[in-house]
Amino acid sequence: MNDKFHQASFQIHPDDNVCVSLSDLEPGSVSVHGSPQNARIELLQQVKQGHKMANRRITEGEPVIKYGVAIGIATRDIAAGEWVHLHNCKSAYDMRSSTLDVDSGAPTDVEYR
Amino acid sequence: MSGNPISAWRGYLRQNGSKGIRNKILVMYTVECASFVAKEIGSSFRNSEIDVDVVGFAGCTDNEYALRMMIALLRHPNVGAVLTVGLGCEYLQGRKLAEIARQEGKPADWMLIQDRGGTLNTIEAGKDAVRKLHDQLQRETVMTEMNIHELIVGAECGGSDYTSGLSGNVVVGRLFDKLVEAGGTAIFEEIVEAIGLKEIMLGRAANESARADLGAAYDKMLDYCKSVRQYSVSPGNFAGGLTTIEEKSMGAFAKSGTKPIEGVLRVSQTPPNPGLWLLDSTPDPYFMGFGYTNPNDSEGLMDLVCSGCHLLFLVTGRGTVVGSAVSPVIKVTGNENTFRRMSGDLDFCSGAALTGEKTMDELAAELLGLVVQACQGQLTKAELLNHKEYFIPYKYQSTGKNCEV
Repeated sequence: MNDKFHQASFQIHPDDNVCVSLSDLEPGSVSVHGSPQNARIELLQQVKQGHKMANRRITEGEPVIKYGVAIGIATRDIAAGEWVHLHNCKSAYDMRSSTLDVDSGAPTDVEYR
Repeated sequence: MSGNPISAWRGYLRQNGSKGIRNKILVMYTVECASFVAKEIGSSFRNSEIDVDVVGFAGCTDNEYALRMMIALLRHPNVGAVLTVGLGCEYLQGRKLAEIARQEGKPADWMLIQDRGGTLNTIEAGKDAVRKLHDQLQRETVMTEMNIHELIVGAECGGSDYTSGLSGNVVVGRLFDKLVEAGGTAIFEEIVEAIGLKEIMLGRAANESARADLGAAYDKMLDYCKSVRQYSVSPGNFAGGLTTIEEKSMGAFAKSGTKPIEGVLRVSQTPPNPGLWLLDSTPDPYFMGFGYTNPNDSEGLMDLVCSGCHLLFLVTGRGTVVGSAVSPVIKVTGNENTFRRMSGDLDFCSGAALTGEKTMDELAAELLGLVVQACQGQLTKAELLNHKEYFIPYKYQSTGKNCEV
C-alpha cells in the first residue's frame, strides 16, 4: 500500500459521523482527508481498508451518516474511533444485513447441506 | 465551458440531424445460429482501417424488447452503415432491419446464410458487402462541427470498491454537472442501487412528471427486492467495507452529480431533451417474477448505448476490462493500485482526490479533456484492445409513454 495512505482516512461530507479507511489501519492516531470534522481520529481497533470508523460517539438507534445521509442505524452504542460495520449497524431496508457474517459478509441463514 | 475552443470537434452528420463521434459499420446477427458467421465477418476487419462492430440477438423468439434494442442500435449516430446476417428461419427479420437503416439514410445490406449456401460463402459475401458499405461511407459521409452540448454521455459502475463512492463516481458526477451546464445530456442507471434514496432522488426531480416517474421506478424495485429478500449488494461488497444497501446506493448515485433529473428513460428510449436522465432497465413487475438479477456490465453499457449515448463511462474500483460495441468506453477508477495494475485497460484515475493532491474540479476538467479527445477520434483503451462487448437479452418492459418505436 502506498505510504500516503498510511493511517489515513476520508470523510465525504462534513455532517458524516463515519470516515472511510484508506488503508488497513492500526489502533492510534489516524488523519482525516476530504471534509473532516476533526483533522484526526483516535482509532480504538484495527480497521481494514475501505471500512468505516466512527468519528464521534453514535448512540444505539441513531442514524449512521455517510455522504451526509443515513446509510443505516446503530444497533448498539458505538464509541468514537470504533469500527462501524454489520455488527453494530443495520440497514433500514434490508433486514438480512444485520445477520450476515461480519468478516465474509456471507449470509448466515443459508444452510449448506 | 461554452466558448471553450476544445469543446468542438468534427462529427459525422446523420440524415435525422444527429451527429456521431464514430463512423462504424455495424454487423448485426438476428439469431445465435448466425453469430459465428457474423463474428467471422467482423473479425476479418480487425486492425484494418474499416471500423466494424458486431452485435446480435441470440434468441430464436419474438422479443419486442430485443427488437427495440436492435433498432436503436441501427439508428445510433455512431453507426454509419449496417449489414444484417441471419440464418433464414428465425423470427427477427434482417431484411426489415436493413430497410430501417436505409430509411435512416444509412448504407445497408442483408443476407441469409441458408440462401447464400453456408458458412464460407456467407463470410465471403459479408466481407464484400462490408467493403462496399465502407466505400459508400467514404464517398457519402458528411462531416460537420459537433459541440459538447450535442453530446450524450452515459455512466455506470462495475467491480466497485471503497474508492468508487469516494472518488470514481464522484468525478464522473462532477463531469456530468459540467456537461449538463454546457447544455449536454447525461444518463445514469442502476435503479436497483437507489434503494434507500427515494426522498433524495425525488428531491432532484426537474418537474412533477419526472417526480412521478422516479417514484414509480423506485417503488417497483423496492417491492421486488422486498419480495425476494435480496438487495443489490453481495458478500464481496460487505467484506470490502460496505455495511448496507443504502450505503452502496449513495456511492452509486454519486455518479449522477447534482443536477435536476429530467425523467426516467426505458431501454431504447432516447432523451427527448438535454439534461440529466435516469435509465431504468429493470423489467416490468410481472416479468421480474421469473427471477431478476442485476444487469451485467455489458448489458448496462448496451442499455446506455441504446438510449443514444455517444460515449460511456465505466467506473471501477477492483478493475474491469470490458468495452462496448458502437460507443467508446472510458474506464475510470479511484483506486491508484488498480490503475497501476491494469493500466493497459483503464483510461483515467481519480485517486489523487483521496489525499487532496488534486481537487475534484481539477480531475473533472482532466476527464473532460479525455472525453473531448475521444470525441475527436482518439481511441480509448478498450477500443485499442478491441473490447467491443454487447448484450441484447430476452426481456420484458412496456414501452411507456415516451417510446413509440
